[in-house]
Amino acid sequence: MVDSCIKITIVDLSASYGAVCALKSLSLDVREGEILSVIGPSNSGKTTFLRCLNRFNDTNPHFSHRGMVTINGIDIYGNIDVEMLRKKVGMVFALPTVLPMSVWENAAYGLRRHGIRDERMIALSVENSLRAAYLWDEVKDRLEAAALNLSGGQQQRLCLARTLAVEPDIILYDEPCSGLDPISTAKIEEAMIHFKDKYTQILVTNNTKQAARVGNRTAFFLMGQMVELDATNKIFTSPSDQRTEDYISGRFG
Amino acid sequence: MIKNPYLKEKIAFTLLFGATVLVVLPVIFVLFYIVKQGWPAINWEFLTQMPQKGMRAGGIFPAIIGTLYLVLGTLLFALPLGVLSGVYLTEYARDNGLTRLVKLAIINLAGVPSVVYGLFGLGIFVVFLKFGASILAGSLTLAIMVLPIIITTTREALDSVPQSFRQVSLSLGVSKWQTIRHVVLPHAMPGILTGMILAVSRAAGETAPILFTVAAFYLPRLPKSVFDQVMALPYHLYVISTQVPHVKLEIRYGTALVLLIIVLSLNLVAIIVRAQFRKKKKW
Repeated sequence: MVDSCIKITIVDLSASYGAVCALKSLSLDVREGEILSVIGPSNSGKTTFLRCLNRFNDTNPHFSHRGMVTINGIDIYGNIDVEMLRKKVGMVFALPTVLPMSVWENAAYGLRRHGIRDERMIALSVENSLRAAYLWDEVKDRLEAAALNLSGGQQQRLCLARTLAVEPDIILYDEPCSGLDPISTAKIEEAMIHFKDKYTQILVTNNTKQAARVGNRTAFFLMGQMVELDATNKIFTSPSDQRTEDYISGRFG
Repeated sequence: MIKNPYLKEKIAFTLLFGATVLVVLPVIFVLFYIVKQGWPAINWEFLTQMPQKGMRAGGIFPAIIGTLYLVLGTLLFALPLGVLSGVYLTEYARDNGLTRLVKLAIINLAGVPSVVYGLFGLGIFVVFLKFGASILAGSLTLAIMVLPIIITTTREALDSVPQSFRQVSLSLGVSKWQTIRHVVLPHAMPGILTGMILAVSRAAGETAPILFTVAAFYLPRLPKSVFDQVMALPYHLYVISTQVPHVKLEIRYGTALVLLIIVLSLNLVAIIVRAQFRKKKKW
């Protein structure tokens, strides 16, 4: 990488829900503008890891953590404005979750809630976000239609556009294509690759092929621990850990 | 053993259908009977005149007005208080033993006999706070009676809003209150209005809570302030049915019919508002 400026630093992060330990002393850096793929079987701590980055685990009263997460050098578990953090660290969920409003209002939702009143600014931002999510051409004639009438793939791209509209620095994807058809998946991957450099992106996925297609680097998680982190082509051609090779070659998982 | 699945289907259908008919028939019969007996009494004079000749003639105007005041007063106190505490209990309160105890207590309050609320209202509002027997005391008593209904339906309505809506909104950096205000409450509004419908019906129809706190036996004038007593339809109905001899049957049933119509039309308003909310929601 030419620009290896560090965006996120994680030092010795452990996380647990009640007595269940979900993440064990994880340390890694995420570089600015890269796509980091995170693969691993279910229950390996991928989603917990992701939710530590926008403090989404805070909503679970049993959650506790040790260790440090810094973004742009700021300790996000310190005394910070969590809402501002979540605005800057966007998240796309596994299931497309559109709000029961029109397509337009879905994309404008975050802006309006962040106090933007200028309709021209909102219009500009909504259109840009929908274009960036490769959705504009499909919905430009039915912006007032209910978002729930869109197809699953369109809904997920609308979710992506909604996240983009509040202008994040970092985007977290939690298995964003697990329920989508191949064409929608391709469009979302295309958008992700297009966003490279503009956003720092972390992709959690069960689909190892997807990780290989879009990730600059790939991390392999197993039972709450990171087994290996390396350049994507290295992980997929000559992983240094036997367990990584077993998982990628489909021997388990 | 019956082996034939088609026969089983028929038996199940007959049972379910029969049960429904058994529920619906008495309602239709009661409605039909009240309308048939009460309709001849209904005319402009009956609706707009003061009662005369010891309530054996004239109209029921003060009782109609009294009931409307009481329903409005009840909603004024119970609706904001009930909805706000319902939101607090569902969205904000930590899930611990105390919260669960409070929730259980509220559900149980809905089962307390209404005469107990009447006695409570007499003790607190009429005597202790010195409101006297008044619209204020009666409305507050009825409000306390319908609060559990409003809180419970509000909580159910909020619980039915998918958790994912809240998550999406929070993930965009939207605050918790904004999320509740712009995503959760609009989605829960039809359910909350259903609670309001139930509360209105309950408040308009109950006799026992207003018996000691507001209802006048015979008061052929309109109230001037919230500290005045009023006549109310359910209590008036009780009076002319049991306490005053030789009241014409059609006046009794006419009064019952007016009470029914008032409750149904208040419900109708809430149902229309609810339908408007459902239409606005883009599913």
